Amino acid sequence: MPTKPPTTSTSKNIKDLIFITLLAFFFKILLIPSYHSTDFEVHRHWLALTHSLPLSHWYLDETSPWTLDYPPFFAHFEHFLSFFANLVDPIIVDLHKGLNFDGPSVIVFQRLSVIVSESVLIYGVYLLGRKCGFRERVLMWVLVVWSPGLVIVDHVHFQYNGFLLGILLVSLAALEDRNDLLGGFVFAVLLCFKHLFAVAAPVYFVYLLRHYCRGGVFKGFGRLVMMGTVVAAVFVVAYGPFVYYGQIQQVFSRMFPFGRGLCHAYWAPNFWVFYIILDKVLSVLLVKMGFDIKAPTASFTGGLVGDSSPFAVLPTVTPLATLILVLLAMSPCLYKAWKNPQPRMITRWVAYAYFCGFLFGWHVHEKASLHFVIPLAIVAVQSMDDAKHYYLMSIVSSYSLFPLLYEAQEYPLKVLLLTLHVILMWYGFSSQLSKTVVSNTSAQRKKKDDNYDLKKNSGTNPRKFTLNWIEKSYLSGLLLVEVWSQFLHPAFLGIRLPFLPLMMISIYCAFGMMYSWMWQLHWIVKSH
Amino acid sequence: MVREMEKTTMEKGDYKNSAVLFLCISVFALLVRVAVSLHPYSGAGNPPKYGDFEAQRHWMEITLGLPPQEWYRNSTINDLSYWGLDYPPLTAYQSYVHGLLLRYFHPDSVSLYSSRGHESYLGKLLMRWTVLLSDALIFFPAVLCFVTAYYSGQQGTHKNNIAWHTTIILLSPCLILIDHGHFQYNCISLGLTVGAIAAIISGKELVGSSLFCLALNHKQMSAYFAPAFFGHLFGKCLRRRNPYIEVLKLGLVVLGTFAVVWWPYLHSLNSFLEVLSRLAPFERGIYEDYVANFWCTTSIMIKWKRLFTTQSLKLLSLSATLFTCLPSVVQQIRYPSSHGFLYSLLNSAFSFYMFSFQVHEKSILLPLLPASLLALEEPSIFQWLIQFALLSMFPLLCRDKLVIPYAALYGIFILLYNAPGWKQDARERSSTSTAKSLLVAVITMISVLLHVIYLTISPPRRYPFLFEAIIMLLCFSQFIAVAVYTNKKQWMLSKQHSAPMAKEKHL
Repeated sequence: MPTKPPTTSTSKNIKDLIFITLLAFFFKILLIPSYHSTDFEVHRHWLALTHSLPLSHWYLDETSPWTLDYPPFFAHFEHFLSFFANLVDPIIVDLHKGLNFDGPSVIVFQRLSVIVSESVLIYGVYLLGRKCGFRERVLMWVLVVWSPGLVIVDHVHFQYNGFLLGILLVSLAALEDRNDLLGGFVFAVLLCFKHLFAVAAPVYFVYLLRHYCRGGVFKGFGRLVMMGTVVAAVFVVAYGPFVYYGQIQQVFSRMFPFGRGLCHAYWAPNFWVFYIILDKVLSVLLVKMGFDIKAPTASFTGGLVGDSSPFAVLPTVTPLATLILVLLAMSPCLYKAWKNPQPRMITRWVAYAYFCGFLFGWHVHEKASLHFVIPLAIVAVQSMDDAKHYYLMSIVSSYSLFPLLYEAQEYPLKVLLLTLHVILMWYGFSSQLSKTVVSNTSAQRKKKDDNYDLKKNSGTNPRKFTLNWIEKSYLSGLLLVEVWSQFLHPAFLGIRLPFLPLMMISIYCAFGMMYSWMWQLHWIVKSH
Repeated sequence: MVREMEKTTMEKGDYKNSAVLFLCISVFALLVRVAVSLHPYSGAGNPPKYGDFEAQRHWMEITLGLPPQEWYRNSTINDLSYWGLDYPPLTAYQSYVHGLLLRYFHPDSVSLYSSRGHESYLGKLLMRWTVLLSDALIFFPAVLCFVTAYYSGQQGTHKNNIAWHTTIILLSPCLILIDHGHFQYNCISLGLTVGAIAAIISGKELVGSSLFCLALNHKQMSAYFAPAFFGHLFGKCLRRRNPYIEVLKLGLVVLGTFAVVWWPYLHSLNSFLEVLSRLAPFERGIYEDYVANFWCTTSIMIKWKRLFTTQSLKLLSLSATLFTCLPSVVQQIRYPSSHGFLYSLLNSAFSFYMFSFQVHEKSILLPLLPASLLALEEPSIFQWLIQFALLSMFPLLCRDKLVIPYAALYGIFILLYNAPGWKQDARERSSTSTAKSLLVAVITMISVLLHVIYLTISPPRRYPFLFEAIIMLLCFSQFIAVAVYTNKKQWMLSKQHSAPMAKEKHL
């Protein structure tokens, strides 16, 4: 175990954490009447579905187009919530009468369910922050609880990411505590809540294999069996009933719908944005040079239909290709996890795995950026370089979520949320972290503290929170993109080229994301 | 620990960091306002008269569509019985400017006559944004000016305390609920008043009095502060070398400001009186609904409206108001000080709230403003006042369907008031005896209970306004207690200040 840092958390410091949490809690309550997407009705329908139908019908029902497509544990979670929903207002859980019901009762109930279930996230940050110094802990807490991305996606757009990410953080906290069995178990549970989290499964697998299942052939094998049993038991509990009903095929077809395209309607700012743009540029160039290039018939947001390719010049991207690419991108991290599985690195590795999934995955949604923004907040307070990286990355990823809230009413809300986040980060990183770094380096001289590896980072001046000119101009460019897409584009072009603003945001943010990916890759490769 | 940490920051004297801190507070305060503005406004979807939202929108429609001379005049187009303009000209100009904004983006929302009762997504949004904009452009800078002016005179106030104070002023729940929930533009008149106070504190009396005249011309209710401004400025003038010239200068500035604002109505006596008569709605009775002031509360036993004519009630209320604010004015004339000025503002606003004619529940915002400016000296009094100000507006906000933001802002206020690391020394000073804290606990319990009862239980049929009356009684008793305390406090100040003041005179 790492020794305790010089400043430890006391009961008075817990007060600060409670203060921040409750402030966020009341603020999130204020957001109850804000815009909510169709995801709101999706979750309302699942409440009704799980409440009115027996388990054997959950994955068969087609009363609403929003069929159940999350793994069984999430359905059980909805089932649990539906009891309270029934007490609040029986219409909420009525399979037929409740369709598209959006009275005040259901809005307040569902919004509160998100806010309350987010306490799992707070518990996760609590666990992860125990070893940190007080200032880092407060900072980490602010970054997570006041994360603009989380507020935008969960409390306005409507989803339960806070709850799910909380489970992930609990698992990571267990791994950091060297409690591998618990960590593996919680991660297996998480996968049965939402299968999209499986992107980090390779990292988990390699890490647990090398860190948990070691100590000789017999002991290692025994532990492997142990871990396998625990994980298998979780999956049996989740999917067993459906195997029994003979519906496992049906469940999987719901969870993994075919016929979705490479990109979502709004392109997530990832690698494929560049691929698409390159294809367009190449086809235009080749046509100019006199080659006969057919315009593609399919679109990359739609499914794969027949042999037609959405690309004019470049080869078609298949789901398998994206899978291989994701694994390839992840491989340096897997190698490191294999060579030297260290608990203090696991959060970073898992975040990196989600990052790879986000950049190279098939049909990635921009909301998936939360999967790494939240764990990276934990990493951000570890050193000044991490803080700088997080500063840039979290701004870009939060900004890329802006198109989710496209209505005018929420415009000042999202802008101010991001502004507040930027100010809080700037204030926190520059005033608090710089002092911590000073105090820690002096403490390090006395006792070797393996919790902070500052000397490895060859930043220019690790004490000062400054950005270099490239980062500064990139962030200012973000402002220009926003001004253009929100104000100048409608003023100059009106309704012409309606896709241009969103495309610009995607492309511009994709640059930042690629930069962040390379930074993380570089960091992971260099670490030892 | 935060304080220790902050102390080292202070020593470094990093001005940049504290600027970032205040920016952070302002953005948070703005964010809360934006979130509150998502909620319904007064009279939403409630024809035929709707509420204050429609009144403000209607004024935009009138000021845009008619020349200034017609704004206050009853005509076929401008039916004064339907939300006729009854605020001074500055409100009319403000409506005109905001109306331009609305007309640019959504012409239907302010088209003359046809837009009556206009309710739309974009219309609501634009209206909300005009309040947000006014708040950010007037109230916020004024508060920051006040804080810098007030604390630059006092060395040794901890940076955290200043930050706490700023937060508390900017996040006063009542103002946010009324302006961004219920829908009004109090932030403008209150902002101008705070600006005036800041200017006067930093020695710019002429600017201050001009700003206060603007506040008066935005909402006549700003007159609640007039005695305090008069007393403090007059007292300061008397201490100068040429008191007559000083008074003359101030008088000219006041007259000049008024003349500029009233310019369109100064061409004939008739049009001037026309506007003036609109500003004094005596026909609405001495009190409205269940406001926790003297007239309304005592009317349970003494039926003022039946015993006296409106004319004699006017006289009665005027003399009661002036009589009760006299002590604080006299104190300021004799011993003018920045500190005493704030108390005097609070006391004179209280006198008006308690005794003046035609007081509304929302008028509690006026005493609350100086109370918030005094929050660092009197944290527990301020917290107490906020609690009962909120309670006194609870029935009104319930009607507006603003219970959720009410609860959330209440929570945010309690949190910020007890924020860790801030205001420690001030809180420790006001340690209370067990008897007193027991009383506080009991009254707090009653107030919480009243909230719950009001929300859940329907009143007996014979007394449909029973709960409103109980709330009013409780709030009135607390307001009176606070007012007596602050009056006493202001007079205690003069004893402390008399020694240095005497020296100054001698010089």
